[in-house]
Amino acid sequence: MMVAGFLFLYLPIVLMIAFSFNESRLVTVWGGFSTKWYGELFRNQQVLTAAWLSFKIAAMNATGATILGTLTGLALARFGQFRGRPLLTGLATAPLVMPEVITGLSLLLLFVAMEQLFGWPEGRGITTITIAHMTFSMAYVTVVVQSRLATLDESLEEAAMDLGARPAKVFFLITLPIILPAILAGWLLAFTLSWDDLVITSFVTGPGASTLPIVIFSKVRLGVSPDINALATLLVLAVAIFTTVFGLYMIRQQKRRDLEVQRAVAANE
Amino acid sequence: MTRPFRLGELFAWIRAHGPWRWATVELRSRGYSGRTLVTAVPYLWLLLFFLVPFLIVLKISVSEIRLAMPPYEPLVTWLADHVIGLRINLKNYAFLLNDSLYWKSFLNSITTAAISTFICLLIGYPMAYGIARSTPAWRNLLLLLVMLPFWTSFLLRVYAWIGILKNNGVINNVLMALGIIDEPIVMLQTNFAMYIGIVYSYLPFMVLPLYTAIEKLDQSLLEAAADLGCRPVKAFFRITVPLTKAGIIAGCMLVFIPAVGEFVIPALLGGPDALMIGRVLWEEFFNNRDWPVASAVAIVMLFVLVIPIMIYQRSQGQQLGAHR
Repeated sequence: MMVAGFLFLYLPIVLMIAFSFNESRLVTVWGGFSTKWYGELFRNQQVLTAAWLSFKIAAMNATGATILGTLTGLALARFGQFRGRPLLTGLATAPLVMPEVITGLSLLLLFVAMEQLFGWPEGRGITTITIAHMTFSMAYVTVVVQSRLATLDESLEEAAMDLGARPAKVFFLITLPIILPAILAGWLLAFTLSWDDLVITSFVTGPGASTLPIVIFSKVRLGVSPDINALATLLVLAVAIFTTVFGLYMIRQQKRRDLEVQRAVAANE
Repeated sequence: MTRPFRLGELFAWIRAHGPWRWATVELRSRGYSGRTLVTAVPYLWLLLFFLVPFLIVLKISVSEIRLAMPPYEPLVTWLADHVIGLRINLKNYAFLLNDSLYWKSFLNSITTAAISTFICLLIGYPMAYGIARSTPAWRNLLLLLVMLPFWTSFLLRVYAWIGILKNNGVINNVLMALGIIDEPIVMLQTNFAMYIGIVYSYLPFMVLPLYTAIEKLDQSLLEAAADLGCRPVKAFFRITVPLTKAGIIAGCMLVFIPAVGEFVIPALLGGPDALMIGRVLWEEFFNNRDWPVASAVAIVMLFVLVIPIMIYQRSQGQQLGAHR
């Protein structure tokens, strides 16, 4: 049963990779091995431009969302009961359950109303897409950072405070280095969410700002084209390599930390 | 340990120079703490870009459509000197009530999401159980394999199914080559394809919380039940299922919530009659360019689907908190 489940998860991906090397234009008829679709992909200016645009937006979004999400996570995990906390909790987690069509529509209507009132943002494009992505992906960063802070022993921070460090210094010297892996994970999550988003982007985009998902969606709607298989294969490969490297790095970090804890305990005895 | 010292020097320098000093002194003297600042930035962001937009959606849902850009009439108009005209128009909501398309697609979204969630549970539970019961080395690899699809493009994974399900796709080609069927079976653009797409896309969200719950389960309870003569099937339903309830609920919510508002999967895999409310809103907005009706659909969705889900999640969270 478990094997069947994994087959179900991976068979479509494996087939897609296999057909990306298919000579035939008919996607599902085998016509011999060929890498011509990769060549076609790299000559497709529209796809390359869109991929670069998506990459820029995803990186900007991830950085902004990580800052906002870390601040929110910090406030929710460390500041106790402050005025306005229930509202912030609600606002910070609501994007997680909000259907994308609603988020997209509401942000577009906001941008239109703002343009009418203040003249900003002028038209729609990279700026509006990035703002929209930051708004929904910061919620994910908040959850990651907040849950990491919840499991973190507060005594380290308290000790630093007792020794006279100011709150900002405690954060940068003690808290930040400890929760850095969680923040990094949050950044990657925000990057992926933005890179992958079609629905919200479609609402808030403007002329000339077609991200990769928008280009893929319009290509798929017009019919299956084999160079999308090649693109998918490259993306799967990149993710697989990256996940493996990141996973190994995390495991090594964990082992090093365990070793240091063991040494510290041994030194105290 | 030279790094903290240098950083400390940097802080001292920043505090002594520049606008930072002015800002901290000025704000402190007015009674604002650093905490207020930390909270204020995301707070203002969420108010402006998350809460205010809903008020605008509400406003536009009660305005009238017009042929201009933006395509809705303003609510408030200056009629003459010092006279303000306010026009609230509930026609859009009346339209939603009268046209069966809308409530049918609401019902259809809920049943489709519920059925997909149930199928995910049926496939995901044995998977999670298998992962939790395998050796630690295998366990990490299998967990990674469950998570990997999540990091790859959602759109491309849905696209992969088009190549499999279409009339000259993989399944039909294999079945015809084996001589089982003579005519291709129409699978693409049917409800069947839509269910496959939803289950396939959201299965990892079901497996992960289930795994966490099953992994915590105390195996000796099942052994005790077996010793006392309880049959495995009965033990599963009387011990395993109740004790992993939290994981089952979490997994079901994680699948149901995105599935109910789904647009991409019904648009690519479902037929033209696959009425999902997310798709109806999309088409109302992009194809009919009727912003007021699209806004009314969004408001109804919010009150009928999203707010009940949020209240339910809150009560679940409080229950879990009370148990601890």
